Amino acid sequence: MNTQLIEEREAEAPMIEIRGLAKSFGSFHALKGIDLTIPKGTVFGFVGPNGAGKSTTMLILSTLLAPSAGYAKVGGFDVTKHPHEVRKRIGYMPDFFGVYDQFKTLEYLHFYGASYGIPKAEREALIPQLLELVNLSDKKDAYVDSLSRGMKQRLCLARCLVHDPDLLILDEPASGLDPRARIEMREILKELKAMGKTIIISSHILPELAEMVDEIGVIEHGQMVAVGNVADIQSRLRVKRFLHIRLLDRLEEAENFLRERPHVNRLLRDERGLQIHFGGDDAEQAELLGSLMSAGFRVVSFSEAQTNLEDVFLEITKGGGVDE
Amino acid sequence: MKADASRGLGWRAKLINPVLDKEIRLRLRSPRAMWTLFFYLLAIGLIAFAAIYLTQILSGSGASYNPQQSRILFYFLAMAQLGLVAFMAPGLTAGVISVEREKQTLNLLLTTQQSSTTIIVSKLASSLSFMVLIVISTIPVYSMVFLYGGVSPKQLALVFLFYLFMMVMLGSFGIFFSTVLKRTMISVISTYGVTLFIFVGTGILYFVVMNVVDNYLNSQGAVSAAKASSYQWVGHIIAWNPVAALYSILDPTVSDELFRAGRYNTSPTKGAPMPLWLEFMIIYTVLSAAAIWMSIRKLRPRLNRRS
Repeated sequence: MNTQLIEEREAEAPMIEIRGLAKSFGSFHALKGIDLTIPKGTVFGFVGPNGAGKSTTMLILSTLLAPSAGYAKVGGFDVTKHPHEVRKRIGYMPDFFGVYDQFKTLEYLHFYGASYGIPKAEREALIPQLLELVNLSDKKDAYVDSLSRGMKQRLCLARCLVHDPDLLILDEPASGLDPRARIEMREILKELKAMGKTIIISSHILPELAEMVDEIGVIEHGQMVAVGNVADIQSRLRVKRFLHIRLLDRLEEAENFLRERPHVNRLLRDERGLQIHFGGDDAEQAELLGSLMSAGFRVVSFSEAQTNLEDVFLEITKGGGVDE
Repeated sequence: MKADASRGLGWRAKLINPVLDKEIRLRLRSPRAMWTLFFYLLAIGLIAFAAIYLTQILSGSGASYNPQQSRILFYFLAMAQLGLVAFMAPGLTAGVISVEREKQTLNLLLTTQQSSTTIIVSKLASSLSFMVLIVISTIPVYSMVFLYGGVSPKQLALVFLFYLFMMVMLGSFGIFFSTVLKRTMISVISTYGVTLFIFVGTGILYFVVMNVVDNYLNSQGAVSAAKASSYQWVGHIIAWNPVAALYSILDPTVSDELFRAGRYNTSPTKGAPMPLWLEFMIIYTVLSAAAIWMSIRKLRPRLNRRS
């Protein structure tokens, strides 16, 4: 493929384009025809319970697995037709990976740099910068075997970046890390976002990544159940908001009263007051407060709790999905 | 523009690609390499001294050593080395891909720009270079043979070339099993199983079939026997056996003898259609090439085929 054609294709295409992507392993359908478009420069959080199809999608995008149907394109290149072009553009970090223990940190990165065809002179300049980025400069002569898990994760991230890919495919990059290592990983990802990389990241600690994720995609049983930015998805949820109500007295009476009100899907009582999963909009929420006041309940506070990504994830994946 | 594998690479970088460089570096850095070399030399040294001792005891010639005995010692060493190569080659190659898979480094390697051919051939070449190092290190043991005469340097060179061929052949089978089988243990067992069949199974098969055919010709009488071809097709079975092939290099008359139709073919000029070692090499060149080709095909998923 000639250079001009490649550049034209890259310029026009979104970073990831997936249409009707399916993958079956015998009678098990890991992916059931998912559609997804991720523009360039987006940080995309891929959420779903174990076995939902996240890793399968990432393996297909990384040219390590052939799809059964549909297609996936990276930078305009079909992963099955132009795997060589796709590999140039991706940095893949699997959820579980090994390292060559008898390599030193520098040698490890030189090996992968050479494997991507980067001349030695360029690697000599590039690798110290990468080690600086992942805070491993002081470990450059250490054997990989001697690094902690967090350091190995960061080294693997540096390996992903050695050929300056446009897209980073990170499958659970923070799994198994202690809180400090997670924070370090998050900071590095923020830097990469600032560098304009497109990142697709799956994680069980998505709430921690909330501030850096532009969009999330929720996958369950091999199907995308929700895609969009966090606020959009929250607004589309059937259970839209969590209300917290504190009363001066008559708590039990208020509980029975609220159960009869419309849009109150679920009600929990704790020592601080009442928690309500409320399905109504702003007007209906105002009506609920008015009805409480009219009924003579002495309301101390009536507030909407912040919904985080984990709540969103749990709401969607409990089987309800979202209203379209 | 993204990194291109061919960009700015000199002849050295093309010859010693990153995978080969990594394989050799990591292999020689491990203490196992040193111990493998040590025990191999110990084994071949012990075999050589045992052979000298036994030859002298059996011949009763005391301290003297004639060229005929030297030749026998050479044959003995050559066969022993063949056995050691057969023992070593599967062990060094049957895990090269499956170990990467088990250590979860294979997927990282497969997302680089290195082609499947480069990865497979480099892994084979690195194993081969280590085996060559070991076999070359045994040359001083052979100096004992030269001390007493009876063997030409050409014969020695031919035998070493045969070892090289055996290493490539067994190494390609090892890499094939390592690629298609997920577990290293299963791959090692399969490679040793095939090696055992090649070394022992083909020999047993030859003797069984040869006897069956001989008995059949015997029961048909002299007329049928006379109609039998000048050589027996069963000779082609022993052409699959490396011990027979090596022996045919050491003693070229063996090829004809193994192809003769037992008691009925008394012609001194007719026998093998070609030297046994040549037929052996043709057979296993095809099989080794097929094993390497299959390994290359199976290393990465076939992305353009929908399953």
